[in-house]
Amino acid sequence: MVQTPTRPPQQSREPYDVVIVGSGAGGGMAAYELTKAGARVALLEAGGHWDNTSSQYSAMLKMPYDSPRRGASTPDRPFGEWDANIGGWQIPGEPYTKAEGTKFDWWRARMLGGRTNHWGRISLRFGPDDFRRKSLDGMGDDWPITYDDLKPWYDEVDRLIGIFGSVEGLPNEPDGIFHAPPAPRYYERRVKEACDRMQITCIPARLSIITKPHNGRAPCHYCGQCNRGCMTNSNFSSPNVLIFPALRTGRLTLVTNAMAREVSTGEDGRATGVHYIDKTTGEDKHIRGKIVVLAASALETSRILMNSKSSRHPQGLANASGVLGKYITDTTGTDVAGFIPSLVDVPRHNADGVGGNHIMMPWWLDNKKLDFPRGYHIEVWGGLGMPTYGFMGGIERYPEGGGYGTDLKQQYRKYWGATVGFSGRGEMIPNDKSFCELDPTVTDKWGIPVLRFHWEWRDTEYLQVKHMQETFRAIIAEMGGEVWSNMPTREQGYGIANGGAIIHELGGARMGASERDSALNSNCQAWDCENLFVADGAPFVSQADKNPTWTIMALSMRTSAYITQQRRAGRL
Amino acid sequence: MSEMNRRDMLASIAAGAAALSIPREGLEAAAAHAHEAVAAEEQAQQQGQQPAAYVPKQFTADEYRLVRLLVDYVIPRDARSGSATQAGVPQFMDFILGEYPGNRTWMKDGIAWVNAECRRRFGQGFISCNDAQRRELLDAIAYPRRAREQDRPVVEFFNRFRNLTSSGFWTSRMGIADLGYIGNRPVMEWVGTPPNVLAWLERSKPS
Ligand SMILES: Cc1cc2nc3c(=O)[nH]c(=O)nc-3n(C[C@H](O)[C@H](O)[C@H](O)COP(=O)(O)OP(=O)(O)OC[C@H]3O[C@@H](n4cnc5c(N)ncnc54)[C@H](O)[C@@H]3O)c2cc1C
Ligand code: SF4
Repeated sequence: MVQTPTRPPQQSREPYDVVIVGSGAGGGMAAYELTKAGARVALLEAGGHWDNTSSQYSAMLKMPYDSPRRGASTPDRPFGEWDANIGGWQIPGEPYTKAEGTKFDWWRARMLGGRTNHWGRISLRFGPDDFRRKSLDGMGDDWPITYDDLKPWYDEVDRLIGIFGSVEGLPNEPDGIFHAPPAPRYYERRVKEACDRMQITCIPARLSIITKPHNGRAPCHYCGQCNRGCMTNSNFSSPNVLIFPALRTGRLTLVTNAMAREVSTGEDGRATGVHYIDKTTGEDKHIRGKIVVLAASALETSRILMNSKSSRHPQGLANASGVLGKYITDTTGTDVAGFIPSLVDVPRHNADGVGGNHIMMPWWLDNKKLDFPRGYHIEVWGGLGMPTYGFMGGIERYPEGGGYGTDLKQQYRKYWGATVGFSGRGEMIPNDKSFCELDPTVTDKWGIPVLRFHWEWRDTEYLQVKHMQETFRAIIAEMGGEVWSNMPTREQGYGIANGGAIIHELGGARMGASERDSALNSNCQAWDCENLFVADGAPFVSQADKNPTWTIMALSMRTSAYITQQRRAGRL
Repeated sequence: MSEMNRRDMLASIAAGAAALSIPREGLEAAAAHAHEAVAAEEQAQQQGQQPAAYVPKQFTADEYRLVRLLVDYVIPRDARSGSATQAGVPQFMDFILGEYPGNRTWMKDGIAWVNAECRRRFGQGFISCNDAQRRELLDAIAYPRRAREQDRPVVEFFNRFRNLTSSGFWTSRMGIADLGYIGNRPVMEWVGTPPNVLAWLERSKPS
């Protein structure tokens, strides 16, 4: 553990080589790469300190009876008191608004490392097709880069961080440099049997958890508590894998509780640093940098850019095209769970494994034969995990239909571990009804204008989610099981989750080949401000049916390498 | 998991990592941090021990007497483990109502309904009823699929009450031991599904 990582920013007159905003996946990677390359970096983080390897922060070893709450949520830990996260759908004093009729949820972390402390660690590369969707089916837009441009950086991220998986050679699911994946759990075997019969591709999951020693880190010991923060540093979190090593170079100045308000620019229109609120005192401060990298999470980065108005940049920074805030997307999602009689009374054994699924189903169908574009992957859950608050809620859904007494007690025992659930995670097509803008009247507690969201799902998403529902029901039937819920209707949106609810929000400052319709060029560099870069999910042109974080980090690494190259060439 | 097992866990993390030649420094740090956690836990457990006579903060004395009776109807003592009251479920419920005020209304309305229905049926509140009378009432509300339409609200109450009881019981030391949850311990080599479970899976395959 690093003892006192937070130092006041240096008062020297010399500006930092780079000021980074946000310490999550994107910002952590930029800090790591840039300090390694010799730059003096200041990293501003809105939240407080966090270190998963310290018992002050991690609850990895807790048992439910260690707390009177038994793991239930708290206001700043909506996913449970032991979740390694501070933040949530609402943050006191930091509102966001929604246009009338819009359903949208925005999850924000406020802590060192952002959401990487508790994220699911599903670490998927986008495939070659995912970068050129418009060329393939005419919808959305192509990226200004290809898979081949990003492949070396994906490889480098795999090598640096470590990831398990299996080499499959599937067309649009590129393999990585994998550690051995953990064997499937009992119920995952049952799922795979059914999928094999149904010709649904079912492969080992790909998670950024190490299963052998890696760069001085100990391998996973399969306690199943990844979301609580790993005390042995065996899974990826930005502080433990990127930021603390960056601090050890002596070139990183970490400023926590620093809420960035806007990027400052000079008369020539170039970025000069960042204005931020010191949350401990409420003071407005400024930090100078020769280069600014925003990585405050996709939508927060868009907000900072919109708020960075000046005479040279009247519509905000990186917004000469007017595209800022547009083409935001989230993963489509829906869940179905059911009771599997053939898993009743499973013999007791340790089925924890890693904190996440050991198997997954990547997209396996041909859209030409379907009534929706783009695909989805399937995540699986169930098992004999640690009982916590909410344990087996809804026992009345099982065959006996409820009850009480010794018979009920017996039901809990025999049905524990006999439920299996499926979550679909699919690709949305960006549309012009889904965007964010500054709310004209509402500000946060520091007076900074907040975001207002507009959101619309289209048939392209509804029909895809309908297909998820039907598929999950068919798999449960194939397993001989009973689905808990009725098939949601068209009026119920086929059970589609709200925009933002899957927590893969992307876009807002998309990259592109032309400055007319994008905020950033193919190096994630602002078209209208050459020393300003974006290193989170804001540059994404489209979503893909893969979770975004591995791509955020590969892009951030690539952007950092470009910055280093330009600095060395004396151009920035 | 007993404290002894947790200490074993730490020792085993250390041994496993050492065998795989992790730098000593990182290993010691990991073990030290884990030790701190165990120590803090032990302390918390000692401080958290309930005094013999628990005075509820959210329930009135009468409500609490009913809660204590009702949780044991839901989860009684049997050959394998103790009852809900023995596992501290009433105290747990009192805590939850305090911390999560959204639970107060349905809980208190439900308790009032149970008493009212007992008075209507048997001329006295739930506590004063005999075992057969209490069971007659529970039979009417504990099985949503066959409950009468007019009993819907109290069926809904009982679902929630049963859920909360089960949350409290199965997450207690006693409940965890009864279920046979044997995770959150170090596994140096993950085999996945042990041979006996594989054989069982094969046998129980749906036809
Ligand atoms: C429960 C959960 C599970 C997930 N599972 C997966 C998964 O399995 N796979 C996957 O690929 N993705 C997953 N995600 C998404 C993943 O966490 C994000 O894609 C990733 O963390 C994004 O990285 P980021 O750097 O853009 O943002 P973040 O990780 O959110 O970091 C942004 C940081 O910036 C800080 N910040 C914000 N505003 C400001 C400001 N104004 N000034 C200074 N600092 C600021 C925040 O405090 C935060 O620390 C999951 C997310 C959640 C919540
Ligand atoms: S399952 Fe493995 S990676 Fe996850 S917290 Fe436990 S030891 Fe760490």
